[in-house]
Amino acid sequence: MKIKTLENIEIIRDRKESSINPRKFIVWLFIATIVMLFAALTSAYLVKQGEGNWLHFEIPDMFWVTSVVIILSSISMQFAYISAKKDNISWIRGCLLITMVLGLAFLAGQYLSWGELVRQDVFFVGNPAGSFIYVLTGLHAVHLISGIIFLAIVLYSAFKYRIHAKNLNSLEMSVTYWHFLGGLWLYLFFFLKIYH
Amino acid sequence: MGKAKLEDKNQNISVEDHGAEHDHDHHQSFITKYIFSTDHKTIAKQYLITGIFWAFIGGMLSVIFRLQLGFPDMELEWLRPLLGKWITETGKLDPEFYLALVTMHGTIMVFFVLTAGLSGTFSNFLIPLQIGARDMASGFMNMLSYWFFFASSVVMFFSLFIETGPASGGWVVYPPLSALPQAISGSGLGMTLWLIAMALFIASTLLGGINYITTIINLRTEGMSFTRLPLTIWAFLLTAILGLLSFPVLFAAALLLIFDRSFGTSFFLSEIFINGEALPNIGGSPILYQHLFWFLGHPEVYIVILPAFGITSEIIATNSRKPIFGYRAMIGSLLAITVLSFLVWAHHMFVSGLNPFLGSVFVLFTLIIAIPSAVKVFNYLTTLWRGNIVFTPAMLFSIGLVSFFISGGLTGIFLGNSAIDIQLHDTYFVVAHFHLVMGSAAFFGMMAGVYHWFPKMFGRMMDARMGYVHFWLTFIGIYLVFFPMHYLGIAGFPRRYYSFTNFDAFNIFTDLNSFISVAAILTFAAQLVFAFNFFYSIFRGRLAPLNPWRSNTLEWTTPRFLGHGNWPGEIPKVYRWPYDYSKPGAREDFIPQNVPLSVTPESNLPSEKEKVDAENRRTKEKSVNEK
Repeated sequence: MKIKTLENIEIIRDRKESSINPRKFIVWLFIATIVMLFAALTSAYLVKQGEGNWLHFEIPDMFWVTSVVIILSSISMQFAYISAKKDNISWIRGCLLITMVLGLAFLAGQYLSWGELVRQDVFFVGNPAGSFIYVLTGLHAVHLISGIIFLAIVLYSAFKYRIHAKNLNSLEMSVTYWHFLGGLWLYLFFFLKIYH
Repeated sequence: MGKAKLEDKNQNISVEDHGAEHDHDHHQSFITKYIFSTDHKTIAKQYLITGIFWAFIGGMLSVIFRLQLGFPDMELEWLRPLLGKWITETGKLDPEFYLALVTMHGTIMVFFVLTAGLSGTFSNFLIPLQIGARDMASGFMNMLSYWFFFASSVVMFFSLFIETGPASGGWVVYPPLSALPQAISGSGLGMTLWLIAMALFIASTLLGGINYITTIINLRTEGMSFTRLPLTIWAFLLTAILGLLSFPVLFAAALLLIFDRSFGTSFFLSEIFINGEALPNIGGSPILYQHLFWFLGHPEVYIVILPAFGITSEIIATNSRKPIFGYRAMIGSLLAITVLSFLVWAHHMFVSGLNPFLGSVFVLFTLIIAIPSAVKVFNYLTTLWRGNIVFTPAMLFSIGLVSFFISGGLTGIFLGNSAIDIQLHDTYFVVAHFHLVMGSAAFFGMMAGVYHWFPKMFGRMMDARMGYVHFWLTFIGIYLVFFPMHYLGIAGFPRRYYSFTNFDAFNIFTDLNSFISVAAILTFAAQLVFAFNFFYSIFRGRLAPLNPWRSNTLEWTTPRFLGHGNWPGEIPKVYRWPYDYSKPGAREDFIPQNVPLSVTPESNLPSEKEKVDAENRRTKEKSVNEK
C-alpha cells in the first residue's frame, strides 16, 4: 500500500491535463481582485465628483509619455514570449531586460508627473480631486512594482536556462500580469482624462 | 492518462510507504505537521480552533454589555480585575468602553468567527475531500492565508488591551467618528489597529478565496462534473467568488480611511467643527464611505450564510435519507443570491439622505432576494417531508438553522422597505433581524458542520447526548434572547445606546431587558458544554466508524486517520450525484458517489440503464476490434 504524502509541492492532478493550469488560474483570479479594487476607487471618484466641491486642474502631460512607455514595455514583453516559444534564449533575456528597464522608466515618469501636480498646487492632502489622482497612480505603481518583482524572478530563471518552449508557465503568467497592468494604466489614464 | 509519467512524478515528491501501517507523519516534524502545515485538513482545524477562541471572546463581550443593558444599577466592581479602569469610580461600566464592546463584538463575530471560522474551516476541510483532490491548488498560499488571519487576530486581540481602548465606532466604523481621534477615545490607536487587522484579514480572505475557486474548478476528480458536486461545494465556490469581488472594495474603503486618519486627506471629511475648532478638511463625503463599506457589507452577510446553507443542505439530505429536493433549484437559488447580493447594498442607507427614487430601486432588488431564499427554505422543508429522519446533533442544528432563517428572514421583508425602515432603522428590530437570520443561522450552520464532520476531522465521535443538551439550550436560548428584541425595536428602542433608563418611553422595558440578559448569559454558558465536548472528544472520544452517518460524499471513502494526500492509493472516481439516498430498489438506503452504475443494476433508472448498456457495448466493440 502506498501513501502519497505531498509536501510543499504542487498537487498534481490525477487526471488528464485538459483544463487550464491552476497557477495560471490563480493569476487570473488575482487580477479579478485588482479589477474590483480599482473599480471601487474609480466609482468612488465618480460619486464624489457628482456631489460637487471638486477641484479642477490639468492632468499632467507626463502621463502621455508614461503611457507610451508602458505600451512599449508590453510590446517587448510579448516579444520575450514569442522568442521563448521559438527557444531563442538570448532574445528572451534581452526582451525581458528591456521590459524591466521600461517598467522602471514608467515608475520614474509617474514620479515626475507627481511633481507636475505639485507645481499646480495639487497635493495629496487637500481637495479629494487631487488626493484621488495620487491614490490611483500610487496604488497602480505599487502593483507595477509587484509586476517588476515577478519579472525579476522570471528573468533570473531565464538566465538559469529555465525558460524555454517546453517550460512557459511562469513566463506566461508574468506576461499576462504585465499586459494587465499596462491595460489598467491606460484605463486609469483615459478615465482621468475624461472625468477631471 | 499517462499513468507511468504520473507515478514517476509521485516518486520525486512523495514518501512511499510500503508497510500496512498508516504512519504517514514520520517525515514531518511537529512544526511542519501542526503549525506551519500546508495540509488543508490541518489548516482547517487551525481555523476552527481559532474561530472557537474568537467566538468565546465575542460572546463574553456581549455578556458584559448585556449586564449593563439588563441591570443598569448593578455594581460591576467585581469585573475590575478583568476590565481595570473601564469600570468607573462608581463601579459602573465606562460608557465609551460600552461602545467599544459592541464594536468589537460585531467585528469579531462577523469577520473572525462567521467568515474565517466558518468558511476557513469548512472550505478548507471539505473542498479537497469532497471533490476528490489531494490538497488545495496551492498549499503554500493556503498556509499563508491562515497565518495572515492569525496575524490579524493577534493585532485585533492586542487592541482590546490598549489604554485608549479598541475601536468603538460600531463594526461599520463610519467616518467622521472613526476618522477623528478627537471624536472618541476608541478612534485613536484602537482604530488604527482595527484597520491594520482588517487589512491583514482581507489579504487572508483573498488568498483563501483564490485557492478555493481554483481548486474547485481545476482539481475535481474524474467524473465529478459540476452537476455532481455536493451543494456544500457549490456554496463554498459562490462564497469565495463573493469574497473575491467584495473584499477588495472594503480594502479600498479602509485605505482611504487610513489616508484620512493618518495623512490628512479629506476623502470622507468635510466642514467639521470639533470642540469649537474648525478642521481644515474640505470636500469629502462620509456617505461615500457608506457606499464603499456596504458594497462589501451586504455581500458579507451572504459570505456568512451561504456556507451554512451548503452544510445544511448536505446534512439535511443525509439525515432525512432522501435526495435533496430540487438540487438544481438549490444551485440556482445560490447563484441568484450571489448576483443579487451586489445590487442591494444601499438598503443599509435608506436614512442617509439617499435619493428616494434610488431607494425604491434598492427596495425592489432587496425584496427579490426573498424569492431564492424562499426556494431554499421550501426545498429544506420538502427534503425533510416524509423522510426517515435521523436526529443527530448535526441534523438538529441544521433544522435550527432553517427555523432561524425563516423567523429572521420574515422581518427582512419589513426592513427591506424604505418606508418602514425609517421607523425601524438602528433599533433593536434590526438587531433581532440580523442576529436571527445571519448570526444565529450561520452559527448553527457552523455547529452543524462541526458535529457532522468531527469524525472525519479527528477520527473520533463527539458525545451525542451532550450535543443534544447543547442544541436545546442554545436553540431555546437564542429565541428567548432575540424574540423580545423585536418588541423593543418596534417601540423605537435604539441600538448601541449605553443607557435607556432616562427615557420615559423606554424605561418600561427594564424587565424585558433583564430577561434578555439572563437568557443571553445562560445561552453563553451552554456553549461551555460544547467546548468541553469538543476538546474532550478530540483526545478521548469514541473512535469513529468510517462512514458514521452513512453518507454518499467522497470524504467518507478515506481512512479514519488520513495523512497528507487524503487517499492512500488512487483517488476514487465519481459515477453519480451525491444524493442517491433511499433509491428505489437499492440494497442500502445510500449509494456513495464512487459506486459505478454497473454494480447497481437493481436501482438504476431507465436513463442510467441506457448509459450502462452503451458503456458495455463500447467495451465489447473495443475488445472485438483488438482481437
